[in-house]
Amino acid sequence: MPNQTIPNYVISADRLSKHYGDFVAVDGISFDVPQGESFGLLGPNGAGKSTTMKMIGGVSQRTSGKLTIMGLDPEQHGPEVRAHLGVVPQQDNLDEELRVRDNLLVYGRYFGLPMSYLKPKADELLEFAQLTDKAKAKVDSLSGGMKRRLTIARSLINEPKILLLDEPTTGLDPQARHILWDRLFRLKESGVTLILTTHYMDEAEQLCDRLVVVDKGQIMAEGSPARLIREHSTREVLELRFGSERNTTVAADLAGIGERLEPLPDRVLIYTDDGEAALEQVTARGLHPITSLVRRSSLEDVFLRLTGRSLVD
Amino acid sequence: MTSSRAGSPDSQPAEQTTTAARPLSAHPPKISAERARKFGSWYYAEHALKVMNGYRWTLLAYSVGNPVMYLFAMGVGLATLVDSNSAESVFGGVSYLAFIAPALLSSATIMTAATEFTYPVMDGFKWRRVYYGPHASPLAVHQIVNGYIIAISLRLFLMSAVYFAIVAAFGASPSAWGSVAIVVAVVCGLSFGLPLMAYSASITEDKGQFALVMRFIVTPLFLFSGTFFPLETLPLGLRWIGWISPLWHGTELGRVLTYGYAEPLWLSAVHVLYLVALALLGWVLARRVYERRLGK
Repeated sequence: MPNQTIPNYVISADRLSKHYGDFVAVDGISFDVPQGESFGLLGPNGAGKSTTMKMIGGVSQRTSGKLTIMGLDPEQHGPEVRAHLGVVPQQDNLDEELRVRDNLLVYGRYFGLPMSYLKPKADELLEFAQLTDKAKAKVDSLSGGMKRRLTIARSLINEPKILLLDEPTTGLDPQARHILWDRLFRLKESGVTLILTTHYMDEAEQLCDRLVVVDKGQIMAEGSPARLIREHSTREVLELRFGSERNTTVAADLAGIGERLEPLPDRVLIYTDDGEAALEQVTARGLHPITSLVRRSSLEDVFLRLTGRSLVD
Repeated sequence: MTSSRAGSPDSQPAEQTTTAARPLSAHPPKISAERARKFGSWYYAEHALKVMNGYRWTLLAYSVGNPVMYLFAMGVGLATLVDSNSAESVFGGVSYLAFIAPALLSSATIMTAATEFTYPVMDGFKWRRVYYGPHASPLAVHQIVNGYIIAISLRLFLMSAVYFAIVAAFGASPSAWGSVAIVVAVVCGLSFGLPLMAYSASITEDKGQFALVMRFIVTPLFLFSGTFFPLETLPLGLRWIGWISPLWHGTELGRVLTYGYAEPLWLSAVHVLYLVALALLGWVLARRVYERRLGK
């Protein structure tokens, strides 16, 4: 059996890489996750987030580097590692031929859990996922948000201390997302380590204690959402729209206002600590944008700064 | 199939001691992993059987209705005509019904295997991605393969047992060894089904391959494997279809068992070896293809 010492980190990745032929999906990333932390991988589609999750989940082999989960190498101790985890995949893979509650029971059996535990536990989880009245329904009659919640309930059947969530709210409407965030937040409060990938900055800001910004298989920056914003952006952002033809041409006239200027096809962003003051300077120069908006910096700005691209949906 | 209802608490007596003490606390991951390593294939079989349990009436109706229909049509209709117009020696001295009953039994398992090892496999990998759930659990890939095979084998067994009981009721299995033909039929189904399982797992785009398999492999096998007439009556140029066909090997073996059809012992041994070898080959290949595809 593997060593039984309690590891300092529940997950530890060191120069982790994954190649598919010539394509490098994950390019030497390193991070450590202490117990109870909510850790996020933020990046656009194709950044290597899901591939990293699959390696952590013990279902995909790495090309090089080191990886341990609870001190165990997933390639040598696959079943042991997977027994520690709850996994919410990017695409739901519920058994639609079974009823809602049966999905939980069947999944629990994979962990060798007895029915005397599973039956009350399934009811408890259905309540947690607000699906009690759907217990006997067929899975294909559920809405997208309900299926997602059922997938989360299923991932909790073995009472995992680590929960892997790959794009947990992609494709859900705003209300369904908020319900889900609330459930995840409760799990976090109960001490479960959450590892999640997302390309939604608001999700990362809501749920993550700490995150890494990933692009093209590499880590671009690491820290808490607030720290990343502080380090890589200004306090406020002034968004100006001059109409799609003028946005880039007007940028030259705006030079010198704020700390940094970011002309985008649909708008111009001015990074500054005081948005209102910057707007006054703009109008003082005789420039009149169609719309203007002062907002706080977000992770989107961090990402834009680090990669020169936006986190597209 | 109610008896196969998955996971009744008494199905694994060893687990009862752990559960009585603290009903709402899961056992530690280490125990989950140990149990999954030991019983993982059975856990997946439970899942597959639970899904089948949802269709139990359809499956039962199919298992009973199919043989009754065939045996009635062949045994009462066609057999009357054939028996009155052919010398006794043509079908080894038995009635036409006794002659075709083992063939119908084997072809029934092959037909079922052809369904169970095609579309559901595609469903597992692609359509509803059912395999990816257990894949993220402590189960290993080969246990998903094994578990599914166990469940389908059980289904084939129950189906063949019902089929055989009806055959016997028609008086078409005079030999005392007749019931062994049930096992032969199951192996026959697997010998065709497991290589097909490996093939199905290798398909990434559905371009109607399964319909082609049914039309150009299953149907010709059904017609040219000594099913309705002895293989020897076919021209030599077509007999090879029978020789490579698991259906022919299964059927001939079934005939030996149900009515004592006389063939050299070595030939019976070849039938057994051929069927087992095909099933094993398919099993090994299926495991390999599943490992590669799920482990990406």
